[in-house]
Amino acid sequence: MMATITRRPSITRRISTFFYHYPGLSLFLLLLPPLAWLLIVYIGSLAALLVQSFYTIDPMSMLVKEEFTLSTYEELFTAANIDVIKRTVYLAAAVTVGCAVLAFPLAYYMARYANRRIKGLLYLAVMLPLWSSYLVRVYAWRLILVKEGVINSVFEQLGLGSVVEWVIDRPYIGGTGTSLASTYLGMFLVFVYIWLPYMILPIHAALERVPKSLIDASSDLGARPGYTFRRVIFPLAFPGVVAGSIFTFSLTLGDYIVARVIGNSVFYIGPAVSSNLSFNIPLSAAFTVVSVVIMVIYLLIARRLGAFDAL
Amino acid sequence: MNDQPAVAVRFRDVSRHFGDVKAVDHLNLDIYDKEFFSLLGPSGSGKTTSLRLIAGFEHPSEGVIELYGQNVTRLPPYERDVNTVFQDYALFPHMNIWQNIAYGLMVKKVPKKEREIRVADVLEMVRLKGLEKRKPSQLSGGQRQRVALARALVNHPHVLLLDEPLGALDLKLRQQMQIELKAIQQRVGITFIYVTHDQEEALTMSDRLAVFNHGKIEQVGTPSEVYENPATSFVASFVGISNILSGAAAEKITGSAQPFSIRPEKIRICPPDSTVSDDSCGINGTVRDVIYLGVNTRYLIEIGDGIDINVVQQNLEATSMDVLAARGRPVKLIWQKTHNRHVINEG
Repeated sequence: MMATITRRPSITRRISTFFYHYPGLSLFLLLLPPLAWLLIVYIGSLAALLVQSFYTIDPMSMLVKEEFTLSTYEELFTAANIDVIKRTVYLAAAVTVGCAVLAFPLAYYMARYANRRIKGLLYLAVMLPLWSSYLVRVYAWRLILVKEGVINSVFEQLGLGSVVEWVIDRPYIGGTGTSLASTYLGMFLVFVYIWLPYMILPIHAALERVPKSLIDASSDLGARPGYTFRRVIFPLAFPGVVAGSIFTFSLTLGDYIVARVIGNSVFYIGPAVSSNLSFNIPLSAAFTVVSVVIMVIYLLIARRLGAFDAL
Repeated sequence: MNDQPAVAVRFRDVSRHFGDVKAVDHLNLDIYDKEFFSLLGPSGSGKTTSLRLIAGFEHPSEGVIELYGQNVTRLPPYERDVNTVFQDYALFPHMNIWQNIAYGLMVKKVPKKEREIRVADVLEMVRLKGLEKRKPSQLSGGQRQRVALARALVNHPHVLLLDEPLGALDLKLRQQMQIELKAIQQRVGITFIYVTHDQEEALTMSDRLAVFNHGKIEQVGTPSEVYENPATSFVASFVGISNILSGAAAEKITGSAQPFSIRPEKIRICPPDSTVSDDSCGINGTVRDVIYLGVNTRYLIEIGDGIDINVVQQNLEATSMDVLAARGRPVKLIWQKTHNRHVINEG
């Protein structure tokens, strides 16, 4: 006769078994930290922001008066501030379009044609700028754009110095100073440069998910490549473009560094928020609420355009 | 009088290489107009590549492909009068069912009125009326399969290409769709070229079929020709089950070492001391295993030297108890010589 040996299962095994039988409990414990973070740190600070924007500053003591009022919003919607908001939105929109136009062909090439090696190299090339400090890159661009910078000297060498001056004098793309570093165009270039990876990666991911057989099917049904692109590839990659544009748009909307280093000394939402922080927190908060509202409107439009249909 | 039907698709010495791999190797094949033609073979045998060559998704490394006498070798897919039903259906996920089906008509700028009539017609044919507004993700596998079929048929192509279209369906649905597909083919009266690895499917549906192996065609013929007179040992074993005997085993049975095949259902199991008449073959063996399959029973009979012969018998009177009791019994296998098929054994 063999004696059966029963051994108590180890403590870790018993814990595993316990959680196996209560999947709801393990899910709760897993989600507790991220949800707490989201609710308290994220939503909480947004709510605090919203509340702050309905307070106002007491002109005598320069302290925040904690009672409900719309006077901060009255102050916000003065002509000068509306100009700031409009200018920022236009810039963010231009940067988004610029990024999308540059990113799409590259992402398309990476998803459709590049072999593994080239794809890896391109990934590296796209990600590489993100490894270095954002500030360093912005200041580097300043050196490229200033009057003594690379662009100017190249154009001068070619005898095309007047072209640069002509660009600087243009309304909407030019500026008030004497170099490209103080033009709208300069800001646009720097923003497109720093946010481009955030556009390429989601578009690439979206294009990767479009099965090859859909493209075959479209051409099988008589569609030439252009038609296939417009009716099949682009609509299916559109959620990726929207995802990317959420980054480029909101990052440009909130940025307060580029406008100071490169800008043409006019105000944008980001600098407006940061410069009001020290003496008018409610106005800063109201400016921030504006960018949140703009993003919400932006997402609603994107949904209208069918950006999330293919998800 | 010309009773030879028109050739719908002609492969003239077509090869398609992917690097060193010869996916299709010097293929010559005529597929006739209005024929239900199957390309049958295991995976990697070149059948799907051949289909993609007809569709235009692939282009031959060598050779010429003709559609109704026109050389289409270099034509892109959108210039060819063929449509494809894809294995994964390839329905456009961002369009509803109506838009999916109307896609080809939209591309060709067919007027709205006609478009609506034609889409309604095919929807009726594949019995999907009322689902026009749904998205592909809201349909079952069988329904998606029908949409894919409708989307191709609505264009009235001369040739319809089907790439294992029933592969993802369960057995019952598959058998039902086999019958339906055949009925639709007869109704619309166009050439169907059907890729499958399922020999039963190919035998059920085809007017003719080609058996592929290693990028080459082993045999072309009607289902009964291919089943009853397999040209090679590969065909004999791939289409249905066959016993392929060669070398010493063949010599022991027929007196000649020439390889031959014998179908398991042609063999009778007799007592070991039975006499064999002149027009029959016989060999002694032992029942090594019995597999009870409900309708019939499969026996594995060892005839020495580790060689097994498959025998299938219908369970006319026998119960599972009876047949399973046969294990280990000495028997004699007897079959008529006329059922032996000489095959080319490429090893």
